[in-house]
Amino acid sequence: MQVEKFYYDNKIVKAFGLATILFGIVGMLAGLWVAIQIYYPESSLNLAATTFGRLRPLHTNAIIFAFVGNASFAGIYYSLQRLCKARMFSDKLSWIHFWGWQLIIAAAAITLLMGKTTGKEYAELEWPIDIAITLVWVIFGINMFGTIIKRRERHLYVAIWFYIATWVTVAMLHIVNSIEIPVSALKSYSWYAGVQDALVQWWYGHNAVAFFLTTPVLGLMYYFLPKAANRPVYSYRLSIIHFWALIFIYIWAGPHHLLYTALPDWAQSLGVVFSVMLIAPSWGGMLNGLFTLRGAWDKVREDPVLKFMVVAITCYGMSTFEGPMLSLKNVNAISHFSDWTIAHVHIGGLGWNGFLAFAILYYMIPKMWGTNLYSKKLATNHFWLGTIGIILYAVPLYWAGFEQSLMWKQFTPEGQIKYDFLQTVTNIKPMYIARSVGGSLYLIGALMMVYNIYKTIVSGKFIANEAAEAAPLVKEAHPKKEYWHRVIERKPVTMLVLSLILVAIGGLVQMIPTFLVKSNVPTIASVKPYTPLELQGRDIYVREGCYTCHSQMIRPFRDEVARYGEYSKAGEFVYDHPFQWGSKRTGPDLAREGHDKNKRPDSWHYTHMYDPRLTSPGSLMPRYIWLLDNKIDTASTPAKIRAMKTLGVPYPDGYDKIANRDLMHQADSIASNLKKDKIETASNVEVIALIAYLQRLGRDIQGEAKKPIAENK
Amino acid sequence: MKFINYLEKVSGVEIMGLVSLLIFVVFFSVMLTMVFRTKKKELQEISRIPLDN
Repeated sequence: MQVEKFYYDNKIVKAFGLATILFGIVGMLAGLWVAIQIYYPESSLNLAATTFGRLRPLHTNAIIFAFVGNASFAGIYYSLQRLCKARMFSDKLSWIHFWGWQLIIAAAAITLLMGKTTGKEYAELEWPIDIAITLVWVIFGINMFGTIIKRRERHLYVAIWFYIATWVTVAMLHIVNSIEIPVSALKSYSWYAGVQDALVQWWYGHNAVAFFLTTPVLGLMYYFLPKAANRPVYSYRLSIIHFWALIFIYIWAGPHHLLYTALPDWAQSLGVVFSVMLIAPSWGGMLNGLFTLRGAWDKVREDPVLKFMVVAITCYGMSTFEGPMLSLKNVNAISHFSDWTIAHVHIGGLGWNGFLAFAILYYMIPKMWGTNLYSKKLATNHFWLGTIGIILYAVPLYWAGFEQSLMWKQFTPEGQIKYDFLQTVTNIKPMYIARSVGGSLYLIGALMMVYNIYKTIVSGKFIANEAAEAAPLVKEAHPKKEYWHRVIERKPVTMLVLSLILVAIGGLVQMIPTFLVKSNVPTIASVKPYTPLELQGRDIYVREGCYTCHSQMIRPFRDEVARYGEYSKAGEFVYDHPFQWGSKRTGPDLAREGHDKNKRPDSWHYTHMYDPRLTSPGSLMPRYIWLLDNKIDTASTPAKIRAMKTLGVPYPDGYDKIANRDLMHQADSIASNLKKDKIETASNVEVIALIAYLQRLGRDIQGEAKKPIAENK
Repeated sequence: MKFINYLEKVSGVEIMGLVSLLIFVVFFSVMLTMVFRTKKKELQEISRIPLDN
């Protein structure tokens, strides 16, 4: 048969690869900066844009979507062409994808620092950017499927299955979790409220880890590991089981982020069971990767690419063992809200994602420039520095997580809480310092890679279009009878539909009952909508990213009830668009901040926002000086009230027109309270709205706390 | 626009648990049968795809 000559497009791979390096460094720098802010709050520079609550979402978004995202795209564009023996479907679509994605990243960086956020972790970007992500994702999908359809290789190699599952699931997750009602050009409210919002968000959050940080990277592992080791994967059979079992089980596990919360018990249990099962496919994949190197370990000693891959795959194994363990309710009772979670995700982020990204860059760049890596020795040093960095990062945080969590739970013999919250934080400061040293080493290693890659690039000549030859795919005239799986496996669209059905099942089983059955979110008669001032205050709370350090979810544990008050009920959050339960307590829980048990004077809050160390010596919270001067955006009140009304919050008809009158009335009363404590301030500044919100938290069921709370089932 | 409280109860929700279990068992049975019935030679051939380019 006549072989066809064609060219692989290396230019697009180069673009995504360089973007990976650039945004990797930016994301890591942001990470280091927030890590330092935790023990040295002055390093926030007292500027709104560079304070922890805004910089931390920038760090997570940059690492997930800019660093790992671009690395995955680079690897996918490189491997997909070669696995399909075809150039990408359309160069134009490739470049729209590339520039679209980089524009989204730039828009994300600017808006997050401006405080434009939806307040939902890893889905912080506001609605216009959400729409742009959807469009660019569709472009990527068309380009990928177009390439698969015009392929010259009959079989779809397993890596491509992982890419297909990534595409379809991320599309589903992103669309469902981003349903929101716009209030202005850069502000929206989540369509869901409270418990339902939490369920959707963690279904998304967990599966963003699964389908943005795991499946595409596993696809890359299944291509680049055999390439680098020059031998086929250990067991192709195992890789098929790995794929189907992983995507089927992963999607159910989201509720393990919400154990002991107000989420219905059955949903929590479902999350636990599936999380424990996840260990099987994950470890199947890890062993498949490591066994591929059987008999080739001598190569690992020589080749930095394989070195990075071995540690990456080992870290994948470690974090996918730890994940199911953390999902057990008894372990979660200790780990949740503590630094243990942060350590866990960084084994995955630094080890699995970071090291695999470095490995493929070290592999692809010399190949595309037709040269050898400038210095293997430098790459090996990068490897060791990175590995030590990961250990130095994670171990102190594991320690910190355990120690703090156990301190939270200590009682004196008289039955009193033994430690103030603040004591448990200042106690782990040395661990925070050690963590930032680990992070610095990792970053220095990455900078060494930048130099190494730069020297490699200047020593070679870039091959923009790499020549290749293959016979075209012809339809078999009389296809021999074959097992039906082989048929599915050759048809990308069937694969897509099957994957979608598979991942949709898990989500639907958990969501439909939570959304539709009344008894799952019992309402409480005394829970009322926020006043206009409180609503504005809540938006400031979301804007400043307070949820990155403070939870609003009291779990039904003796110590939490003793420390914060009555445990949180599902019915208390029915007007919370979005929910603000948080996932980490660097500061104390605020769910009952305004409850009489915890109530502090307005003046305490005012002083605390001005400088937390004046009211709480040793506090690690940043200062929020700008809140004392910024004016409340009262022009937005009517639109906000209308949006909330559309979402089902029972404000009276026409309330949007008179809401600002009530707002000023409440603000004046807070200002006069402050005046009694000798604080002179205008009543229309943001701190007043924030005080109103904080003083409201947890008050709704206050009068009823003595008797069992009547939940209308 | 509000999701909650449309239904007091999903009628026949009891069957959901059973159906979920069934989907789970059927899915894995089909997948494993299909994987183990595939011929080794064919799998080896596919697993060499990355090395051929």
